[in-house]
Amino acid sequence: MQRTYLGELMKAKWSLLQGFITTMEISAIVIVIGLIAGMIGGLLLVYGPKPVRLLMRLYVDVLRGIPVLVLILFSYYGLALLGVNISAYTAGVVALAGFCSAHMSETFRGAIDSIPVGQTEAAKAIGLTFQQRFIYVLLPQAARRIVPPAINTAVEMVKGTTLLSIIGVLDVLLATQQTIARNYMVIEFYATAMLFYFVLNFTLSRMGAYFERRFGFIRY
Amino acid sequence: MSANPAASATSESAEPARNLLVARDVHKSFGQTEVLKGIDLTVTEGEVVALIGASGSGKTTFLRCINLLEEFEQGSITVDGDPVGYTDRGGSRRRLSEGRLAAQRARIGMVFQSFNLFPHMTAAQNVMLGLVKVKGMAKAEARSLADHWLARVGLADRADHHPYQLSGGQQQRVAIARAVAMDPRLILFDEVTSALDPELVSEVLGVMKDLAKSGMTMLVVSHEMLFVRDVATHVVFLDSGRIVEEGEPHAVFKNPKSDRLRAFLGRFTDIIGDITAR
Ligand SMILES: Nc1ncnc2c1ncn2[C@@H]1O[C@H](COP(=O)(O)OP(=O)(O)OP(=O)(O)O)[C@@H](O)[C@H]1O
Ligand SMILES: [Mg+2]
Repeated sequence: MQRTYLGELMKAKWSLLQGFITTMEISAIVIVIGLIAGMIGGLLLVYGPKPVRLLMRLYVDVLRGIPVLVLILFSYYGLALLGVNISAYTAGVVALAGFCSAHMSETFRGAIDSIPVGQTEAAKAIGLTFQQRFIYVLLPQAARRIVPPAINTAVEMVKGTTLLSIIGVLDVLLATQQTIARNYMVIEFYATAMLFYFVLNFTLSRMGAYFERRFGFIRY
Repeated sequence: MSANPAASATSESAEPARNLLVARDVHKSFGQTEVLKGIDLTVTEGEVVALIGASGSGKTTFLRCINLLEEFEQGSITVDGDPVGYTDRGGSRRRLSEGRLAAQRARIGMVFQSFNLFPHMTAAQNVMLGLVKVKGMAKAEARSLADHWLARVGLADRADHHPYQLSGGQQQRVAIARAVAMDPRLILFDEVTSALDPELVSEVLGVMKDLAKSGMTMLVVSHEMLFVRDVATHVVFLDSGRIVEEGEPHAVFKNPKSDRLRAFLGRFTDIIGDITAR
């Protein structure tokens, strides 16, 4: 009996689809958490009282300095040893989200810091509160500087989800490997996985480029 | 003869001028360096007070204290009867909450040397932001008020331009419109023409002159001595964090009493030789 790529793809479709969903889901959760935590983290890095600032700085620098895989393994095995029992999926999300948040915090901090102090002062002078200054004056200007590195981080996170296959999270990579183990069509199915990751990340990059153009007019 | 002279005195001047700004013994240090060494200043309604002095004398710092952009350690500043920045309950001096500070700042306008327009907003949006978010005005109403003030500063046709599409002089006029539209009790101007090309200075000074005529209370830091002489009702000379001399501009320029002021004015004689002569 002749194996065809399409025939094998149909056989593996549910398992691969499950992998796609898991990869997309984890990527989305991690990026959204990273953006929200990064915004808060960035604000704390800039405006927090000194002890908070120092703690955040420690968090950001430590997490950015550890390989993601080590974080993932620590989160999965280390937490289990400490008596915290979480699934591979949760452990993976925690590790990636922690890593993503650290990078995003630094991105937000840099973007907020790069806005001339006169912007905050002019916003204060018309009576805007801290919250209003951030939402209407700082964030729109910071956006242009946040988007390119944030997209980079997002792309790295999508790639990083493949590391979760090591602790047994059934993502695109693990589903692909399981498929290959059955049909030995190594090239075809790794190529399929590559295409998936490429399309996903290329879309992210294009979105980034669009936003960058959109905010490109902001000059001082 | 009136039996009650005090009563007749008040009836003659129907409404005595209000003190819009009262600064009392304001001290401010940056680290070990005392930059303001006890400033006393009163600005009454409708007055245009010019603050002059050498670089580093503390003019900017004083303006920033009034608008709560800078904290000061001692003394008090009252704007239209409201002590700004601090409460003094139970003998301990405390910085007001962020919300209170914001509300106080909304009543004090400020125009900066570097314009500081919001670059992601059009001229009209720059003016509208405070009206909508701080004063709670409806967008349409804010827009028509913005259009009104932009027209007043000669920029009716630039309302939908972004700052980068405007010249420095135009940007500064938008910044003035943004401050005035909030209907502040008092507007602070900090060397608002210093960053402008010489040919653009007069259009901004013109707008300020117009504002002064309309009765706006203004505290103006400026090195434009002709403007000070012609527009200010009162001039204050600051030297090393102290007010050394003050009075009516022509008088002060003609007969400076202190050596410091004489030396300071001497620097301007090249440009405005007639300043003390008149
Ligand atoms: N943030 C700051 N930290 C430390 N020192 C400061 C700060 N801001 C101002 N100073 C110092 O305070 C003094 C007064 O400065 P200020 O800017 O008020 O002077 P100025 O009269 O406005 O001068 P200029 O005409 O140059 O604008 C200067 O010696 C200045 O170096
Ligand atoms: Mg100054």
